[in-house]
Amino acid sequence: MARVLLKNLNKKYDDVHAVKDVNLEIRDREFVVLVGPSGCGKTTTLRMVAGLEEISSGEIQIDEQRINELAPMDRDIAMVFQNYALYPHMSVYDNMAFGLRMRKFETEEIERRVNQAAEILGIQGLLARRPRQLSGGQRQRVALGRAIVRNPRVFLFDEPLSNLDAALRVQMRVELKRLHERLETTAIYVTHDQVEAMTLGDRVVVMKDGVVQQVGEPLELYGRPLNRFVAGFIGSPAMNFAEVAIAEANGVLWADARGLRVKVPPARIETLRRYAGSRVILGVRPEALRMASAADPAEYAFDSTAEVVEPLGSEILLNVRAGPHALVARVDPSTRLKVHETVRLAFDPERLHFFDTASGAAI
Amino acid sequence: MIEGARWKKWLWFYLPMGMFILGLLFPFYWMAVTTVRPDRELYRPWNHPLYSPFWTSNPTLDHIKNLLQETLFDRWMWNTMLIALAATLISLLCGVLAGYALARLRFRWAGLLGTAIFVTYLVPQTLLFIPLADIIRDYSIGDTPWALILTYPTFLIPFCTWLMMGYFKTIPKELEECARIDGATRWQAMLYIILPIALPGILSAGIFAFTLSWNEFIYALVFLSSPEQKTVPVGVVSELIRGDVFFWGPLMAGALIGSVPVAIVYSFFVEHYVAGMTGSVKG
Repeated sequence: MARVLLKNLNKKYDDVHAVKDVNLEIRDREFVVLVGPSGCGKTTTLRMVAGLEEISSGEIQIDEQRINELAPMDRDIAMVFQNYALYPHMSVYDNMAFGLRMRKFETEEIERRVNQAAEILGIQGLLARRPRQLSGGQRQRVALGRAIVRNPRVFLFDEPLSNLDAALRVQMRVELKRLHERLETTAIYVTHDQVEAMTLGDRVVVMKDGVVQQVGEPLELYGRPLNRFVAGFIGSPAMNFAEVAIAEANGVLWADARGLRVKVPPARIETLRRYAGSRVILGVRPEALRMASAADPAEYAFDSTAEVVEPLGSEILLNVRAGPHALVARVDPSTRLKVHETVRLAFDPERLHFFDTASGAAI
Repeated sequence: MIEGARWKKWLWFYLPMGMFILGLLFPFYWMAVTTVRPDRELYRPWNHPLYSPFWTSNPTLDHIKNLLQETLFDRWMWNTMLIALAATLISLLCGVLAGYALARLRFRWAGLLGTAIFVTYLVPQTLLFIPLADIIRDYSIGDTPWALILTYPTFLIPFCTWLMMGYFKTIPKELEECARIDGATRWQAMLYIILPIALPGILSAGIFAFTLSWNEFIYALVFLSSPEQKTVPVGVVSELIRGDVFFWGPLMAGALIGSVPVAIVYSFFVEHYVAGMTGSVKG
């Protein structure tokens, strides 16, 4: 059982306010991912939970117990670092046993636990080796093993996969997920990679400039981003944005920008009416754009020029230009297209997003 | 390595390197040859028909015997060894702890303090020995080994601190953080993780400190006066140069034997020593 609670957590350095009033509840056995661009305070938050960084104000609780003043060793947590932080002068076995030895476990118990962890991670054959004799993926496993032998209340991961090459990263991602299913330990995971965040997290916390932007399940963040930053950060390729003017004509709202003219879907009219006469940001995901067919109503379609065609096999990423706006559409791989051709695209009216120009908040 | 014709390699690589090695090793050769050369050959004028400065046909151990029997050389060796080891140990202990603190602990003025310590290293000994002599007299430790054991650290500690600080900075701090999460206190993390990794750096600092104390001259000359307290560099020079008479044979024998311990220390630790100068630790 381990429930982690962050209450009004703040971290101030001399001239930087790195973490601002973070409130977060991490439920027992939950895998929570903190994600954001570099410098957003995610790692600092994690290090405060680990006890490696002093807390400027606020409180951290594990299982209702305040841990602000506890030393890292007394928090019963384990952390996996980006550079693995394996002890270079010790064998793999000793690396994994170190934490247990420090805690005065019996030799037999240490041996049992290390062997069990090695078996889970498939590194039984490497126990006698030194870290420098291991590949990146193997080192990563040893670092994981060192964390799991202790059977801590909470796992902390600080960008553990970013030193691996792309193929290995995908593989380790799957293994991490499997490991979490098996161990069911509460985990906090920091990454700047939104794909990792989406695939690993039970819930994802998006941070920017030390402030939590949105907390939610991956598909919730994807489908209902609370602001423009989250909308643009989650999803690859990123959401298309265009500044449009809202105008009312005959009881119908139009979102209008040079080269783009869309009717505001009936469901959104009420909320958008007060923006009539002013400008908002229109957001549309690449997969909410499709090749227009004759059946598509004209008020959701527009003409554009194909600029770059990126066939990915399972889909084609189509970079087009409509007036001043550069947009990406994700279209069917059977589509035959040439650069500079005029393409008629259609919006999926159910999947349009609108954001306030000034605050960036979703409308 | 230089690519291209063989003569180029000779001209630009082997020739300069050969000259360099010759220049470096020649004094040692000269020292060795003088040690075993009998006096009548040693003081032969250069225009004598049998003049042969670079080798000897009648090697002798007379000078070494003379050195060991007529002077207190064994005593000097013992003094030097004791003083160098003690001063090195004290300096290493302080230097490692101070270097660690300056590299790792976040406290006010850490940067300034590091620079200040380095600056003290730059104050020349030829200036410092005057106030130090006063202090040594006040504490009545003049003419005892303590006079040197306690004054050598004044230049060895800044040196070791600075060297260790640089070395500790190359060790990723995550190693220590990980150890502390694993259940180690700061002391344990230092003892079990940081110090073993820093061993090459510690050995380098130790070798340097040992050599500096072994060869130190000014303090030893000023702070020690009775012959039985002297160290090798001072003893050899003060007892084997009398007025303007240089006893070249014993002098060179003393220098040769005196440099043996340093040579042994170097060759013994050379692997670690080189690693300490060039290596760092990657996780």
